[in-house]
Amino acid sequence: MSHPLPDRRSADRVPKLSIEQGASGSIAVMRGHWCAERLAYPGVYERLDRALQAGRENADLCWDLRGIERLDHTGAQIIWNTWGRAWPHQLQTLPGQRTLIERVARYCVPMPVEPRRSLGQRLLALGEVLMRLTDHLRDFTQMVGQLALDTLRLLRAPREGPWRDVSGNVFRIGTTALPVTALVGCIIGIVMTYLMAQQFRRFGADNLIVDVLGLAVIRELGPMLAAILVAGRSGSAITAQIGVMRVTDELDAMRVMGIAPVYRLVMPRAIAMAIVQPLITVWTIAAALLGGMLTADWLLDVTPYHVLSALPLAVKVSNLFLALGKSVVFGTLIALVGCHFGLRVQPDTESLGRGTTASVVASITAVLLADALFAVLFKGVGL
Amino acid sequence: MSALQTDNVVQIEGLWTVFRSAGREFLIHQDLNLGIPRGQLMSLVGASGSGKTTILRQILGLETPERGRVQVLGKPADKLGERGAASRVGMLFQHGALFSAFNVLDNIAFPLRELRAFPAALIHDVAMVKLQMVGLDASHAYKMPADLSGGMVKRVALARALVMDPPLLLLDEPTAGLDPDSADAFCALLRSLHTELGLTVVMVTHDLDTLFELSTHVAVLADKRVLTVGTPQEVMRDPHPFVQDFFLGERGRRAMALLRTDSAAV
Repeated sequence: MSHPLPDRRSADRVPKLSIEQGASGSIAVMRGHWCAERLAYPGVYERLDRALQAGRENADLCWDLRGIERLDHTGAQIIWNTWGRAWPHQLQTLPGQRTLIERVARYCVPMPVEPRRSLGQRLLALGEVLMRLTDHLRDFTQMVGQLALDTLRLLRAPREGPWRDVSGNVFRIGTTALPVTALVGCIIGIVMTYLMAQQFRRFGADNLIVDVLGLAVIRELGPMLAAILVAGRSGSAITAQIGVMRVTDELDAMRVMGIAPVYRLVMPRAIAMAIVQPLITVWTIAAALLGGMLTADWLLDVTPYHVLSALPLAVKVSNLFLALGKSVVFGTLIALVGCHFGLRVQPDTESLGRGTTASVVASITAVLLADALFAVLFKGVGL
Repeated sequence: MSALQTDNVVQIEGLWTVFRSAGREFLIHQDLNLGIPRGQLMSLVGASGSGKTTILRQILGLETPERGRVQVLGKPADKLGERGAASRVGMLFQHGALFSAFNVLDNIAFPLRELRAFPAALIHDVAMVKLQMVGLDASHAYKMPADLSGGMVKRVALARALVMDPPLLLLDEPTAGLDPDSADAFCALLRSLHTELGLTVVMVTHDLDTLFELSTHVAVLADKRVLTVGTPQEVMRDPHPFVQDFFLGERGRRAMALLRTDSAAV
């Protein structure tokens, strides 16, 4: 295609309004393309709106729309609104334009009032938040109770359990989490040792690094780091998986077939998490100790041999068991919270996003609270 | 042949489409040509897997063909996604594809609002007109998509597709998933909008009732190309076994009573 004077042509399309003096008074002559795309060009609507102001003020104006090359409903709406939503006394249009404006006129209704909440309703909404919280608690308790019943069922007939799902989840939650937990653990070990080394060197207490690093990493940091990483990684994934199943009616389909979602979806994930979480914790602890050991060798001249031989004396083995026990609880909590929020997702995109966010926040909070509880309960163990 | 005229709204020339999955290649279209003149309501029919929806997606520029040219309104299809695309092509997706986070009014107003040129009151007015043009009551404006019935979802989606008055409208299975009454009502709506707004419509459907009731023209896809194009009566005379099976089987005879009588006039 050739381009005959693109500037002139595009200038012709600009929607325009000019007031001209005719024999029987002022005539508003309209030209150009009065369609949404053209009207949306920068500045066009503002300029037109100012020109149309004259039309709003002068009721006796004669309107001539015949110069409009193209008119769509947006353009017609602008014109109709300019007329104050009533037909002007003098009007000249092409038949097609008239039907278009007639259609706009027919369907132009005052905006329905958006339902607004009164003060009383807002007060009630406050109560609703509380009710939702109890709702969550009830649902969660219900799910845990169902899980307990399902576990009994599993114990009675362990061969019929969903073991394939369990092993699949062990792989997805556990194996694929190994690189990231190792990396984070190692970096934390390096950073901690580096910072403590600055202090210990001043007091010449280089060897204390083994006690401090070992105790901190094995008793607290290892389980916590692993749990937070897994909550962010797999807790959100669990919520999203189950949530999408809700959105696509898969959960209902399972129920219709007589398959309990808690038995097939929640239990395998809870079991997999309970198995995997202590293993990831050990892995994270190992990575953190490795990072710390290498840094200690480099900064403090504490050899890896010394670290490895001093560690069993510095940190009692009960600390390790405490870490493993905590991890089982953390893992189960993350799985349960993830499943809980997944099962509550409503079939729309916003709810899915909200559920996933809430799941991660809630599971990390739950892990921290549980950890505090452990710290209080087991303050006499291993110290 | 009319398919080679250049003033067609949609012009497809020498189209090759290849699907690749698991290392294997499937040739879907081989040197396919199709032209859709202004004002027609063209139905694409063909067996499952004959690439009907793929052609719609290629017209929309959502997929790029292996070879060949797809021109829409005189422009290459892949240039379609630029600013103001909603004023050139409207698409009614099979399941509506309404934004579930927006209410009905905001869904319809969305393309217009994204231009960031008009005041909110005007955008609302335009959206409300469109809402009622598709036969919905103004009181539905603040409902969420999750609260709508299947027929209403399609109507809202149609209103959204038409909000900027595009000259070309694409429909993917417009009556799928609707009960017969809603399907009939929706067909009537599409038909009146087609004539009233002077739209060019490309439709993919498996439903013979819808096909006969709406189409002014039919293009049959078979053997990786467009087998035949014409009015439903013309197409049915084609001796190809697919055509015979598709139109003149049991279902076809039942649906033929609906045949659009004014189709020759368009």
